[in-house]
Amino acid sequence: MELLVVLLIGILYSAGIFLMLRRSMVKLLLGLLLLGNGANLLIFLMGGLTKGKPPILGEEETSFADAYADPVPQALILTAIVISFALTAFAIILLKKVYATTGSDDLDSLNIQDLDI
Amino acid sequence: MITNFILAPILVHMITAILLLFFWQKVQAQKVISIIGNSIAFLLCIRLFITTQHEGYLILQAGNWQAPFGITFVSDSLSSIMVLLTAIISLAVGIYSTAALHVNRIKYGYFFIFHFLIMGLLGAFLTGDIFNLYVWFEVVIISSFVLLTLGGKKMQMEGGVKYVTLNMLASTIFLTAVAILYGITGTLNMADLSLKIAAIEHRGLVSVTALLFFIGFGIKSAVFPLYFWLPSSYHTPPSAIAAIFGGLLTKMGIYAIIRVFTLIFKPDEFIQPVFIIIAILTMITGALGVINKRSIRRLISYLIVCHIGYLIGGIGIYTELAMVGVLFYLVHDVIVKSNILMITGIIQKIRETIDMTRLGGLGKDYPKLSFVIAVALFSLVGIPPLSGFWPKIQFFGESLKAGHYFLLAAFILASFVTLYVIAKMWTEVFWKESPKPLTEEIDHFANLDFGKKFALVAPVTALSFVSLYIGFNAESVYEIVQKTAHELMNPSAYIDAVLNHKFAK
Repeated sequence: MELLVVLLIGILYSAGIFLMLRRSMVKLLLGLLLLGNGANLLIFLMGGLTKGKPPILGEEETSFADAYADPVPQALILTAIVISFALTAFAIILLKKVYATTGSDDLDSLNIQDLDI
Repeated sequence: MITNFILAPILVHMITAILLLFFWQKVQAQKVISIIGNSIAFLLCIRLFITTQHEGYLILQAGNWQAPFGITFVSDSLSSIMVLLTAIISLAVGIYSTAALHVNRIKYGYFFIFHFLIMGLLGAFLTGDIFNLYVWFEVVIISSFVLLTLGGKKMQMEGGVKYVTLNMLASTIFLTAVAILYGITGTLNMADLSLKIAAIEHRGLVSVTALLFFIGFGIKSAVFPLYFWLPSSYHTPPSAIAAIFGGLLTKMGIYAIIRVFTLIFKPDEFIQPVFIIIAILTMITGALGVINKRSIRRLISYLIVCHIGYLIGGIGIYTELAMVGVLFYLVHDVIVKSNILMITGIIQKIRETIDMTRLGGLGKDYPKLSFVIAVALFSLVGIPPLSGFWPKIQFFGESLKAGHYFLLAAFILASFVTLYVIAKMWTEVFWKESPKPLTEEIDHFANLDFGKKFALVAPVTALSFVSLYIGFNAESVYEIVQKTAHELMNPSAYIDAVLNHKFAK
């Protein structure tokens, strides 16, 4: 199971970076989304994958070992998802606006003012 | 001391921002509320600074969940210095914005977002939890996205895409690093991390995580080779917004680097050379970029990059005296950079351009204002009694003592280039004859009423006085940063205060 998730994370990261290196703005956005999802899955994996264990210890439990699912990564992922949701919403509007003002989907067409000194 | 007071400045900015929402489109009311909010927060930040300097660490365990389980807020000496600087800049820029910004920008929520940005900065400086730091970073960057693109000019959009993309990428890398850190230690509290990281045997993994943090923060603080978003976006928004960005946002990255690399990862024989090489390249590329610029704003953008190199280099040397230099330079740099960016706004109001070849004669037309501007410019260069001089001595001395000769050469080169461009800027803008005859239509500044003129000039003058104070009263500043550097190099007191609530003086 761990190996599968590791591979998935690897694919998400590499696909995200590949898409970010393209010149199209839409692909850039998709790349950022994939990277964010990869990061979320990474937190999930790093917290340890457990199945069917409660996040809170019962009173009769005396030791920590394998008796519970770590709730912290899930709280972290939830926070990160909400944040990336807001950022993505902003980025979509921004790119739409850029498309409206420049009339081009090509990121290389955004360097006009960088040529002046 | 355990106190809820730490949150006060953050809450004041939050409440101000929420209040401003109820005054949507009402420009005058927004200006008044913003200035009142900024002033209250300013006083609270001063109190926080003084209390922290006198009583030592201030701790707040949020929701009474004890560290390392809950989120901890810590005000140590470094945090309190950063909070004070933020308060000074936010008050100055807040007043400046009331006169410098177009009414439409204020109508569509400038002050609202401005206060959220400051709230995020204060939170980032005061938190003691690495994931909470990530969340505050996000608060700051989403506010900065809005500020940067508010207005929607083509130029702003072009800069905005680069800024947004690279900052989102930096956040993702930061989040990845936090995930790995949590995986190898099982904690997020910075004090607890400091202990747990030291106990990890697999040092390679620790080094990789440290590098991920460095890349994440490096993009935000604009170090070589991750700085390209800065010169292509910082000159696009109005000068008031650029003053906040140039003064505080890149320094937030530096703050995070100082915090993480003194408390959690101690620079070892792998990290230290990375810092020093990056610092040298940052200074050189920044210096090369600055030389051929004609627009003042672009020139300042590259100067920001160049001077980030000083700070990274100082952290790379990693001795207590070098850290004193870093902190002193940080204090000086935040004040001066914000000031100069506000000054470019005034110059643009007076002459309608910031292209140096088309400017001139300001020294003759505005002698008093020119004197105030001269103080800011020559502080940046570091002419001896002024504020930039003292930290540079530390950098030169420490890099020589530690035998980092290339770093020393880069420091000297960067200083000379700064001197050259500032001197060039001074002669072009203030001493040279004005290339075209000045008419009343061009000079928007002279036509302003007294209140607006005051709101533009007073913050600049005040910040110039702060620079003068730092320069002439260097001893008292030096004492504070020396104490701070000592705390940073010996984090055991910090850890004791957070985890065990032992507040040894």
